[in-house]
Amino acid sequence: MKRMIVCVKPVPDPKAWDRLQMDPVSKTLIREGIPSIINPLDKHAVEAALEMKDLFGAEVVLLSMAPCDAYPVLREVLAMGADRAVLLSDKAFAGSDTLATSRILAQGIRNIGEFDLIFCGNFTLDGSTAQVPSQVAEFLDIPNVMHVCDMEIPNTQSLLLTQKIEQGTVKLEAKPPLLLSFTKDANKPRYISFMEILAAEKREIQTWDNANLNIDETLIGLKGSPTQMADLLLQSKQRKGIRLTGNPEEIARQLADKIHQLGII
Amino acid sequence: MKRQHIGVFIEQRGGVLHDVGLELLGKARELIEVSKGTVSAFVLGRDISTHSEDLIARGADTVLLADSSALEPYRLLPYTSVLAQACKTYDPDILLFGATRMGIELAPRLAARLNTGLSAHCMDLRLDTEGKLLQMVPGWGGGVVATIRCPLHRPQMATVMPGVMKKLVPTKRSGECIHLDVREDFQGSGPKVLEVHIEEPEEMPLEKADVVVAGGWGIGNPDGWTILQDLAALLCGAVGATRPPVDEGWVPESRMIGQSGKTVKPRLYMGIGISGMSHHMVGMDESECIVAVNTNPNAAIFEVSDVAVVGDYREILPPLLKEIRTRLPEGRTDTCEPPQ
Repeated sequence: MKRMIVCVKPVPDPKAWDRLQMDPVSKTLIREGIPSIINPLDKHAVEAALEMKDLFGAEVVLLSMAPCDAYPVLREVLAMGADRAVLLSDKAFAGSDTLATSRILAQGIRNIGEFDLIFCGNFTLDGSTAQVPSQVAEFLDIPNVMHVCDMEIPNTQSLLLTQKIEQGTVKLEAKPPLLLSFTKDANKPRYISFMEILAAEKREIQTWDNANLNIDETLIGLKGSPTQMADLLLQSKQRKGIRLTGNPEEIARQLADKIHQLGII
Repeated sequence: MKRQHIGVFIEQRGGVLHDVGLELLGKARELIEVSKGTVSAFVLGRDISTHSEDLIARGADTVLLADSSALEPYRLLPYTSVLAQACKTYDPDILLFGATRMGIELAPRLAARLNTGLSAHCMDLRLDTEGKLLQMVPGWGGGVVATIRCPLHRPQMATVMPGVMKKLVPTKRSGECIHLDVREDFQGSGPKVLEVHIEEPEEMPLEKADVVVAGGWGIGNPDGWTILQDLAALLCGAVGATRPPVDEGWVPESRMIGQSGKTVKPRLYMGIGISGMSHHMVGMDESECIVAVNTNPNAAIFEVSDVAVVGDYREILPPLLKEIRTRLPEGRTDTCEPPQ
């Protein structure tokens, strides 16, 4: 193995999503004041790459498309043991949908150079589309497998994968080059020690803009995105609740009445 | 409005159709009533032509069958290839997938190959006045709903949450069946499937239950689930959960309701010890009746509840079980057969 690339994404901390506001005029979300964390599933992707590295030795490169304020989050992931990170950041990337984002990530991967494996989290917490892994793989013209919940590595030439499906699991045998996206069952991300945090300070984070990637600007950002947002609504909550009062027996009786009215009993 | 061609990907594994394909046929039929045109069902697999009649009865005008041993079991690259070819030949304006494990792996890859837009996990679909597809997508754990359009690229693609759209009752309709030519053998095309392991569902499937009794962090410990299971069994329902009980290992992940879990629309949803984070609510807020039990009078779930009980479930549920038992018809047992 020579190189593994792990795609990671800083996402707004879900603990603070209740503070999410919308600009009523521009219909854009106001993210200010909501701190970023690394997308939780991405840690499982990093762990998978580091386990491969421990076994066979290889360079582990983190790749992220994000605004420039993503550095602290990337540092934190570097401290898990990755060798270096590449941040793709340019105003021209803003407004990209999953297709344009995947095109940019794929070009970032080509720019990094040769690779054996690309790892991702199965979905991100913010958009949750889960579309980027398959689309990056398509642009790179390599196979991909989603929902990977277990990986065995008999040798560097083949991987035994378990894919979670609704009805059970699928066992697959795959060969590099390959893109895999992991669920939380795949592994347990390692604990980050203080020493590693210090060591990560010295590791390189390169920043590339579109001058480095050189993608036709009609294919990225808002212009290069086939999908457009027509409207954005904060979910309104409409039901008017009746509060039941009384001692537990009285409440139980009223609840049973309600269940009866619904025709269930 | 231009006549439309709506395509629906019919997911099957081992010859068993996933319900979501039939649900999408129902939705496609509803959309096509507005714009006129045709609904096609895209079915890939081996020996699958037996499903054609049912697919037509459920709303398809045309069944496009790709029948080949290379397409069983499902593999991403052969499926992408066959669907891309079928899209070039039959040129659908809209192409719908279930937001299942298969759909969310396959649809993005196909969209990238066709260089078109795809929206994820739609909760609703409509047509605008020009017949273009409006796709309602939850974001930020369901706290936000975005309306997505794909104005210039075709087909307009979307994955739709299972359980959201309604299957049509089969009717006698006429339709045609077209066999797609699959020449490639696709050997060596991507990963090899060694084994498909199907686990038998032991309990009532969440999405099919008329009653869902869901528990959250407030249940407190694994033992608390027993009473939830008792209540669900008594009402012929299923037990659901928010993420924390799943992370704690109190319930299996298959029981999780919400953005990264299942979507349920039962006649009765009972949320026990659930605070009402938006990630969970997006998976249950279309339930017919929502009952919430929580010790915290300010819990967010009360804002979307029809019936709110401020109190400890340990005190409320035992008398409720007793009360329900006294009202059950004689001879009825606590265990119910799952619906077919």
